Amino acid sequence: MWVTLLRRILYAVPIAFGVSVVCFSLVYLAPGDPLQTVLPADATADMIELIKHEYGFDRPIPVQFGLWLWHVLQGDFGVSISTRRPVIGEVMGSLHNTLVLVSFAVPIAFSIGYTLGAIAGCVPGGWLDRTVTGIAVMGVSLPNYWLGIVLVIVFAVEFMVLPATGMGPQGSAAFSIFSLNDLRYMVLPVFTLSMIPIGIIARTTRAAVAEVRGLDFVTTLRAKGLGEAAVIRHVLKNAMPQVLAVMGLQFGYLMGGSILIETVFTWPGSGFLLAKAIINRDIPVLQGAILLLSLVFVATNLVVDLLQSTIDPRIRRA
Amino acid sequence: MSHTATAPADFDAAALPQTKVRGYWQSVGYRLRHDPVTLVFALIILAIVLAAVFAPWIAPFDPYKESVIGRLKPFGWRNHILGTDELGRDLLSRIIHGGRISLLMGLVPVLIATLVGGTLGIIAGFAGGRVNTAIMRTTDVFYAFPSVLLAVAISGAMGGGVANGMIALSMVFTPALCRIGETATSQVRNLDFIEAARASGAGRFAIVRYHVLGNVLGPIFIYASSLISVSILLASGLSFLGLGVKPPEPDWGLMLSTLRQSIYVNPWICAMPGAAIFITSICFNLVSDGIRAAMDVRM
Repeated sequence: MWVTLLRRILYAVPIAFGVSVVCFSLVYLAPGDPLQTVLPADATADMIELIKHEYGFDRPIPVQFGLWLWHVLQGDFGVSISTRRPVIGEVMGSLHNTLVLVSFAVPIAFSIGYTLGAIAGCVPGGWLDRTVTGIAVMGVSLPNYWLGIVLVIVFAVEFMVLPATGMGPQGSAAFSIFSLNDLRYMVLPVFTLSMIPIGIIARTTRAAVAEVRGLDFVTTLRAKGLGEAAVIRHVLKNAMPQVLAVMGLQFGYLMGGSILIETVFTWPGSGFLLAKAIINRDIPVLQGAILLLSLVFVATNLVVDLLQSTIDPRIRRA
Repeated sequence: MSHTATAPADFDAAALPQTKVRGYWQSVGYRLRHDPVTLVFALIILAIVLAAVFAPWIAPFDPYKESVIGRLKPFGWRNHILGTDELGRDLLSRIIHGGRISLLMGLVPVLIATLVGGTLGIIAGFAGGRVNTAIMRTTDVFYAFPSVLLAVAISGAMGGGVANGMIALSMVFTPALCRIGETATSQVRNLDFIEAARASGAGRFAIVRYHVLGNVLGPIFIYASSLISVSILLASGLSFLGLGVKPPEPDWGLMLSTLRQSIYVNPWICAMPGAAIFITSICFNLVSDGIRAAMDVRM
């Protein structure tokens, strides 16, 4: 077990390194001098020289990357061009706000998606199966930001029962998940966000359950007289690793992919921060937010890997 | 005892009940023709594509013509079937014209990614060894980004615009197609018929061209077709964030974003461009499912 753990963690290191290379090169994708993108517009000549040396723009690119990585490892992602505050603080604060949304959306989405998929997989071909397949296709085809807008139109404009945008009446600093009034601001974004993975999780669970049900060991279980409930329990357990893999991916997609939904609901999370950074051409923030979000994604995949090998020893030996 | 089977004298081949033997593509075509759901949605796609191509002749109004008095008018107002937008332009005409960019941004990246990713995947799978490791570990890095994030990051850093958006989306899809190509190729690579071809002196290129491609293109093609709807969603997402076309050019994602400011004035008008995205994307998804079933490829 410990060997597996160590191997998986070691495997994640080069990935994380590659991710930081990609994030680093984002500055060079930007049109114009990379120095311009990290400088405030009204920088003095002294300041330009200082920053040029500090970031090593006067040195070869591999050295620049090393310096940048050294800064990043110490938690220094540079300074935001638009707010002049350190990027790390901005990103961490917004990441927290995204996590608030995601931690509500994930249990809802995963439990509904899993239940729908498991039922459809146990009774393949019935009306329920067809309904679940329909919901799954709708779910993957739906532009979720549009769903958000439609929900705002229905609940905030037409019926005026829920607030349309924002994070609480006093902004994100005063937001508390224990205040009922603040929670009302979460209903629409959480619902919209949870619609994304329901379809995919239902589809995967259905496929996995249907596949396991066809295996020989299930016939054996039935043959030795096990009740249907006990058989289903065995089936679900064996279908779990596949489902977990998709759930992990979806968790990562929710963290990183909430950019459109946070923009629709002006929710001050990491996605909203990214959208603002793009409009302001604030490359340090863009870079920092993307790096941290991708590292969250890498870490999630690592955790899923480990969970899978805990549940299913066959994966451990592979 | 004779080993040569001779037919009885009264054997008549023509009298046997005729069983039609279909080739692979014939049977795929047969299955598609008998799949009404796929056919109907394929027809809708055809209609959407034709409407976009012939937009200047089909659209009832000029999509750029603004009107100060006719802003955000309801459905059916003075022959404007879907009403007018925040600058008084005919919404239906703008949606028809908007299909041009939206479909282009959905289709071109998938095409590029299929060519580039598919080729890389086949090379990685066929060459094996170091080449495989180099290509596949690079793909792993791009897999470590959620797709929306990667698309936004690349096109955002490059400064937005339609061309940059297409480049960004191509980079998002290339690793996935590379993986599909690699998996399919390495499965085929060690099969006996490849070994036989090699033994009979066929060169690497000939083996790939005549023996590998035929077995690998199916999965690649099907996966690519399922990406079209994803690409359309992502592309309009980029436009929605202001990373696609610049106004006043009509585009579904951008229209949704600019109309969003007006949801308190005429809410349902503002939802229309999104409906266009939804319908297009669901049609591509269902047709892709239908093709997959017809080609009978297990993913």
